Amino acid sequence: MAIYGVALLSFCMLLGIILGEFLGRLFGIDANIGGIGIAMLLLIFLSDHLKKSFRLDDISEKGITFWSMIYIPIVVAMASKQNVLGAIDGGLIALLSGGVAVLLSFLLIPVLSKIKK
Amino acid sequence: MDIFEIINSVLSKNGLITSFVFVGCIVWFSYFLSNKLTQGKFHGSAIAILLGLIFAYLGGTYTGGKQGVADIGLLSGVGLLGGAMLRDFAIVATAYGVKLDDLKASGIAGVSSLFIGVTLSFFVGAIVAIIFGYTDAVSITTIGAGTVTFVVGPVTGSALGASSEVIALSIAAGLVKSILVMIGTPLLAKYIGLNNPNSAMIFGGLMGTNSGVAAGLAAVDPKLVPYGAMTATFYTGLGCLLAPSILFLIIELLY
Repeated sequence: MAIYGVALLSFCMLLGIILGEFLGRLFGIDANIGGIGIAMLLLIFLSDHLKKSFRLDDISEKGITFWSMIYIPIVVAMASKQNVLGAIDGGLIALLSGGVAVLLSFLLIPVLSKIKK
Repeated sequence: MDIFEIINSVLSKNGLITSFVFVGCIVWFSYFLSNKLTQGKFHGSAIAILLGLIFAYLGGTYTGGKQGVADIGLLSGVGLLGGAMLRDFAIVATAYGVKLDDLKASGIAGVSSLFIGVTLSFFVGAIVAIIFGYTDAVSITTIGAGTVTFVVGPVTGSALGASSEVIALSIAAGLVKSILVMIGTPLLAKYIGLNNPNSAMIFGGLMGTNSGVAAGLAAVDPKLVPYGAMTATFYTGLGCLLAPSILFLIIELLY
């Protein structure tokens, strides 16, 4: 049943966000620390475990893969609702600080990629 | 009864469904352009994201709102489809099928990229603020924090008691960063070796902006999304942790 996959995905996301909120409170800040990352790890672990013991069948799996396929359209919608005007109106300080930060970060990717375990 | 009135009311009432048609058309048109004009060299999803940003700009100019096209009544459903809830849901879904070994192999690089990314962006923002004549530690820290992400800016600013203009500026700096990551990633990916899980995790840790990383990797290779998103999701939290505390203390020592 497709709903099993969707439900598992939803359960992981909610639990991850709740744990992320707790982690934030633990450090005394009003922000979610890594909730989505925790949710992803939960999904990886749980789906792996369920596959072995209960078998998440092909159709249940589709309940998860559908959402991962719809990811790009969601990102396009997200782009269409950005405050692009606000970014441009922020003036030179905003353009410069954001721009230089992005440029330097891009340059660091090949450098850090050399770090191996 | 005016026929346009009927159509308008149906489309508005079924906003989410309308947004599927809207986004579907953008994606179709983008892949059409990608194939016809660039022989598929410039990825269709990169064009779609760019078109989305252009529409967002037009929507913002037209309505004066902050939500791009989602402020236009007819397209309010785009706000839901592109909102944090469904975005995060889809990001978590992309993790299905991720190899745990790939994550482990890049663990150290991923964590170091997070700390380097937050600190680097912060000091770039702080230095720009100083160049533009800010002399108080609170404003400099807030602008630096905004350069981390547009969430860290206001969180830090309100914790330190920054003025609302400075907080607005910090949000704008974060927005610039996020939008530049969306546009720049597909253009630069091949020059910086962004084509494997390891560099995707580093990319996520350095950039940190969830929307920028999500859109940037989608336009390069959707298979890399979960790796970048995995590190990026810790970035804002780490920024909120470091900016009002240790990074603020450093700025205060200097001023």
